[in-house]
Amino acid sequence: MALSRLTSRSNIITRPFSAAFSRLISTDTTPITIETSLPFTAHLCDPPSRSVESSSQELLDFYRTMALMRRMEIAADSLYKAKLIRGFCHLYDGQEAVAIGMEAAITKKDAIITAYRDHCIFLGRGGSLHEVFSELMGRQAGCSKGKGGSMHFYKKESSFYGGHGIVGAQVPLGCGIAFAQKYNKEEAVTFALYGDGAANQGQLFEALNISALWDLPAILVCENNHYGMGTAEWRASKSPSYYKRGDYVPGLKVDGMDAFAVKQACKFAKQHALEKGPIILEMDTYRYHGHSMSDPGSTYRTRDEISGVRQERDPIERIKKLVLSHDLATEKELKDTEKEIRKEVDDAIAKAKDCPMPEPSELFTNVYVKGFGTESFGPDRKEFKASLP
Amino acid sequence: MSAILQGAGAATALSPFNSIDSNKLVAPSRSSLSVRSKRYIVAGSDSKSFGSSLIVRRSEPLIPNAVAAKADTAASSTSSKPGHELLLFEALQEGLEEEMDRDPHVCVMGEDVGHYGGSYKVTKGLADKFGDLRVLDTPICENAFTGMGIGAAMTGLRPVIEGMNMGFLLLAFNQISNNCGMLHYTSGGQFTIPVVIRGPGGVGRQLGAEHSQRLESYFQSIPGIQMVACSTPYNAKGLMKAAIRSENPVILFEHVLLYNLKETIPDEEYICNLEEAEMVRPGEHITILTYSRMRYHVMQAAKTLVNKGYDPEVIDIRSLKPFDLYTIGNSVKKTHRVLIVEECMRTGGIGASLTAAINENFHDFLDAPVMCLSSQDVPTPYAGTLEEWTVVQPAQIVTAVEQLCQ
Repeated sequence: MALSRLTSRSNIITRPFSAAFSRLISTDTTPITIETSLPFTAHLCDPPSRSVESSSQELLDFYRTMALMRRMEIAADSLYKAKLIRGFCHLYDGQEAVAIGMEAAITKKDAIITAYRDHCIFLGRGGSLHEVFSELMGRQAGCSKGKGGSMHFYKKESSFYGGHGIVGAQVPLGCGIAFAQKYNKEEAVTFALYGDGAANQGQLFEALNISALWDLPAILVCENNHYGMGTAEWRASKSPSYYKRGDYVPGLKVDGMDAFAVKQACKFAKQHALEKGPIILEMDTYRYHGHSMSDPGSTYRTRDEISGVRQERDPIERIKKLVLSHDLATEKELKDTEKEIRKEVDDAIAKAKDCPMPEPSELFTNVYVKGFGTESFGPDRKEFKASLP
Repeated sequence: MSAILQGAGAATALSPFNSIDSNKLVAPSRSSLSVRSKRYIVAGSDSKSFGSSLIVRRSEPLIPNAVAAKADTAASSTSSKPGHELLLFEALQEGLEEEMDRDPHVCVMGEDVGHYGGSYKVTKGLADKFGDLRVLDTPICENAFTGMGIGAAMTGLRPVIEGMNMGFLLLAFNQISNNCGMLHYTSGGQFTIPVVIRGPGGVGRQLGAEHSQRLESYFQSIPGIQMVACSTPYNAKGLMKAAIRSENPVILFEHVLLYNLKETIPDEEYICNLEEAEMVRPGEHITILTYSRMRYHVMQAAKTLVNKGYDPEVIDIRSLKPFDLYTIGNSVKKTHRVLIVEECMRTGGIGASLTAAINENFHDFLDAPVMCLSSQDVPTPYAGTLEEWTVVQPAQIVTAVEQLCQ
């Protein structure tokens, strides 16, 4: 029924039924061509075309997932203020288009590795809301059994390698994963994400040098949200054109608030990396929240700037406009979807709150692969020297 | 009796099953355990589940191609069959080559390991045999190539990362500490990092301060890694193989001055246990714990001591993290006196941790305070005479033993 509603746009008779099927599901894959908002700027390569092939299924999918991500991050905000999430919590709202666009262009065999702003990318890679909230609240059911926290989300089956606290360190790791992909002849690529702040780390250039030397299928993606915590990019980098920083490595500058531009760029980059070696992508994006929950986000930038970006460049608004202009759903349907998503997120939080904290013995598991071998003896082997409480 | 778990040093006294993937090579751990049971009676142990299951394992038969004569004989490491003689660096190379033949996932990365053959010739000939993708010459960027090795290990490769000199690995400290050691934990067990980080360290012949560093002390607190130090061609090859096969990240410390040691090693395949100490010379009067190059200084001092009438028991601890408190404890129980001789700095060195571990666990068995001889807390000078005095010399060991045995 939902299918018929969407494929026959002119079939007004079936519209009233849509209320009963409020979930926006579409299996319609008739291609829609969308123009990216801005042309790509290229360094040492030919930019891809501005016309992106998509479908109504993809459009609605994008909308739904991005709204889910946005809702998840805002819920995490309230959980942090309610002191259910402690420590550091870095939120990704505003940057969802990067996660979504990238996922749309690649498969689960391609690896993604990022720094600590990893909640939405984890979700995009196939993680569930339950795992996310459990891990954020330190429960057993979390993706890292509650032992990693906000900055350490991993999903091995989907080739999501985390989740790293020390920025910059994930780029050599990502190049190592690309090396393994080349070693095993896997025809897959690795996306190593970092921010404009971490773009000044030396190990990045070291890794880039090796990747270019050995022709590794590594794609370095700079998510440029223009602020490295409190330091604006012009105060940290002499050359803010991060896509050119690779010097001998080609680069592409992309509007990171446009999911389709991101998708096109990632597709292009994947092909380039498989054939010719590393490439740098710079995603021009923005985060609405501060650097983390302890940062209000307004001491180094004006509220006008934040609301300006939200009004003009918000990624979800852009998709919404596209959906409405292509008549794929009505305003009401989209609102209903949002309500559904809100409920889904609330349910996940409630479920996660009910989850138990990890067992005390979990303190000592996973330090070594086979455990501590806690069957240790005193020198005469007659008494136990240690046992867990 | 249950005490609170004391952490890595104390608790991992007996874990021969940890390091080696028991599917692949059960032999050495079982045999060494069987041999132990001959010497140390396990009579009527508490009928807790651990004890009984361990007894069951011990009664299984010895596997012939094991680390046969190792545990019984003292210093010699030859088996009954005639072996072949080689130098320590060749033993390392043999071990590395055998592992690379055995498992296509093993690769080597480091500076000048490929075409140059390795700065200490440990990887000589490997690039010709295995190609450039398995023996990788990296540019000079320790931070990045250590990170790359760890990233590759996350996907299942088993890189052997060489630091041309251990001191250079300080540049990769972040990768080793945060990513190598902690990823298994923070990912809740999803990723294993089976890397081997190896390289020569220690005080050489007037190499200068920055090239004579001993990093054992800096790495010892990192949770999640294992550290071993080789000292003879026999254990060099065995530890190299065990480290490569281990699922945990292992740091293998070699010593610049030991690369040309000659010894006859068995022809058949063998592995040394990563968490076991080596009994070099059994004795009655005092336990001397040492590792790496200091083993030879101790053995030299032992000759003098034997002439003077003392009977030192010399143990090469080999496993720097975790300590083999089982072997050490049994020795302490026998001799009641401990002397630690190490090349690390005095402050916060391996000796300091070992002293604390022994005092904590075996205090009742000690007749004298644990004495620790370590290098001076100074950067290693260039001048030959001064350099000699930064490390422990045999004469000092003799004096210390005499002092302790009064």
